[in-house]
Amino acid sequence: MLEIKDLHAGFDGAEILKGISLSVNAGEVHAIMGPNGSGKSTLAKVLAGHPSYQATAGEVLYQGRNLLEMDTEKRALEGVFLGFQYPVEIPGVNNAEFLRMAYNARRVHAGEEELDPLDFDEILDEKMAGLGMEAKYKNRSLNDGFSGGEKKKNEILQMAILEPKIAVLDETDSGLDIDALRIVAGGVNKLRGPGNALILITHYQRLLEYIQPDFVHVLSRGKIIKSGEKGLALELEAMGYDWLTTTNA
Amino acid sequence: MAENENTVSDVLDDKSYKYGFTTKVEAETFAKGLNEDVIRAISKKKNEPEFMLDFRLKAYKKWLTMKEPAWANVHYNAIDYQNISYFSAPKPKKKLESLDEVDPEVLKTFEKLGIPLDEQKRLANVAVDAVFDSVSVATTHKKKLMEVGVIFCPISEALQEYPELVEQYLGTVVPVGDNYFAALNSAVFTDGSFVYIPPGTVCPMELSTYFRINTEETGQFERTLIICAEDSSVSYLEGCTAPQFDTNQLHAAVVELIALDNADIKYSTVQNWYSGDPETGKGGIFNFVTKRGKCQGKKSKISWTQVETGSAITWKYPSCILQGDDSVGEFYSVALTNGIMQADTGTKMIHLGNNTRSSIISKGISADRSSNSYRGQVKVAKNAKNARNYSQCDSMLVGDKCSAHTFPYIESANSTVQLEHEASTSKISEEQLFYFESRGISRENAITAVINGFCKEVFRQLPMEFAVEAQKLLTLKLENSVG
Ligand SMILES: Nc1ncnc2c1ncn2[C@@H]1O[C@H](COP(=O)(O)OP(=O)(O)OP(=O)(O)O)[C@@H](O)[C@H]1O
Ligand SMILES: [Mg+2]
Repeated sequence: MLEIKDLHAGFDGAEILKGISLSVNAGEVHAIMGPNGSGKSTLAKVLAGHPSYQATAGEVLYQGRNLLEMDTEKRALEGVFLGFQYPVEIPGVNNAEFLRMAYNARRVHAGEEELDPLDFDEILDEKMAGLGMEAKYKNRSLNDGFSGGEKKKNEILQMAILEPKIAVLDETDSGLDIDALRIVAGGVNKLRGPGNALILITHYQRLLEYIQPDFVHVLSRGKIIKSGEKGLALELEAMGYDWLTTTNA
Repeated sequence: MAENENTVSDVLDDKSYKYGFTTKVEAETFAKGLNEDVIRAISKKKNEPEFMLDFRLKAYKKWLTMKEPAWANVHYNAIDYQNISYFSAPKPKKKLESLDEVDPEVLKTFEKLGIPLDEQKRLANVAVDAVFDSVSVATTHKKKLMEVGVIFCPISEALQEYPELVEQYLGTVVPVGDNYFAALNSAVFTDGSFVYIPPGTVCPMELSTYFRINTEETGQFERTLIICAEDSSVSYLEGCTAPQFDTNQLHAAVVELIALDNADIKYSTVQNWYSGDPETGKGGIFNFVTKRGKCQGKKSKISWTQVETGSAITWKYPSCILQGDDSVGEFYSVALTNGIMQADTGTKMIHLGNNTRSSIISKGISADRSSNSYRGQVKVAKNAKNARNYSQCDSMLVGDKCSAHTFPYIESANSTVQLEHEASTSKISEEQLFYFESRGISRENAITAVINGFCKEVFRQLPMEFAVEAQKLLTLKLENSVG
């Protein structure tokens, strides 16, 4: 589904990703861990098409097509989803209205009719209930004044509504309280299926207890320095990254 | 363009004049220049009562002694007032009995602008007075309005049919010598709208004037006078556009509103004059407008809503004089500048009566290399007890070459006053747009959503269909400015 081959990318000439290769098949869950500043969010944003970052070498194939040549909007419409580490606040834009815009954009792209606010509201209510979100978040401005955890829940709400084929969740667990983590993880698990894939960026083993990964990768200084199965996450939790980075430095 | 102008002296001598314009619309245009004879000619052409000519001449004499204001935060090359024609009218000049007699090209122009004037297509709930260059060409729904005693007609017609009303109120809110551009307007205005709502009447539909400048090098000087008698209310909307020319055109309008006891006037503007070439600034309208309302009666209310998206230069401060006790003044404004447009706009709230309240919501959006200034004055007289004002003044910057400025002035000689002022500056960021796009929402829709969010409080004041128009206009203007 997603094939990253020797990807180099950065901004303004500074290279952050220094040759990443990763292959994600439908139905799989990959976890990416690694020290602060190692390039995890950069990878996520490059996949989503953030305009500040440029790929300088390598390629990314998504369903066999050159992902890097598609613009951001197109990638989203084709099923790529990024759950942001720091969702931006957009004052004045109603949350429910935003969700409906996104939902309808996807529908129109798929050749379906737009849903009016009433019909959409039913879907929204159901998805919000599933994530234990109160209705009051519908009428607030998008992420505006949301707490850290509320923002993360709102990201997963968007994912639940858009039902992406591949979702990259960048530290969705950071900022969630224990109960919220369980609920959010449950929500993510419901979206898993044989037809879609998930990349989880996280610092903590706890998330991986709820959402069991098939593979765990360690990203350090712009490179994947180790890959393994879910046991790797436990080792990392116990030992940190030093034993990996020092041997690889 | 072949010019075959009739001269001022032709008109004064009452000779017949030649038509011969090869523009699409046959028009009659005075030769350029301004002097007493031109003013007399305008007055004579319009067959005005004596008081009107006196009014004009008084204004002209005053104007000659005045200087163009230099305090606004706008810059332009000096205007040559002798290089402007002060009268241009589409033909035929005889009084129109029905729309069939209006030049079809003119009707087509308005239809293109979304203002169909003919019986079948015209807007059901909006009466429109269409002003083409300096002259009103059609007023719809007139009869229906007359049935409830509402007068809605070109001011030139009001001067014929209701001269006493015009004489009683004209210049009482904006005196002839109020400011340079108002004095000029008072001397040379050619048409505009007149509205009178009789006591105890809720005007049964929206009234609207649509201004169109069509002829190059013609100044447009309209005059609008709205009187709302006791216990009455009216909602009025003004729209403006102009085609693209290489020369700057002067638009110096005056609008006066008078609200008597318990009367309620809502005046909305969607202004989209041509703003000139976005790179060089060539052409574009100089929009120097004086708009003022007087809450003369107790518990009266005047509310200004404006969406300013065009003009090379905008100089405009719709104001309220809150004279009656318990009267209310409101100002809701969205001013967008892009390219190298300059806008200096805002409001004045002058509290004279007791318990008078005013609120000001101003939203400035600047993009590209434009400059957007808000200038607001709240003035409370010594004996205006318990006056209150709330001002909120928000700026949004798009890109980093534009500028936004706010100049709030507060003057109060009174300790019972309550004043509140809030201000903010924000940006549409690339990060926000990326967020939308990463959800499959197009850049265009993203900008619309952010701008609508920013302008919500103002759009909410506009009649529905115009709010939609206004939103589209802003998106269109900003699409190329972000990122
Ligand atoms: N736009 C930018 N401007 C300046 N530096 C940047 C920018 N984007 C990324 N960087 C730098 O690139 C490096 C990688 O950043 P990135 O956000 O990808 O790290 P991360 O692995 O997600 O870290 P964390 O675990 O703290 O979220 C960091 O050193 C960061 O400071
Ligand atoms: Mg990160």
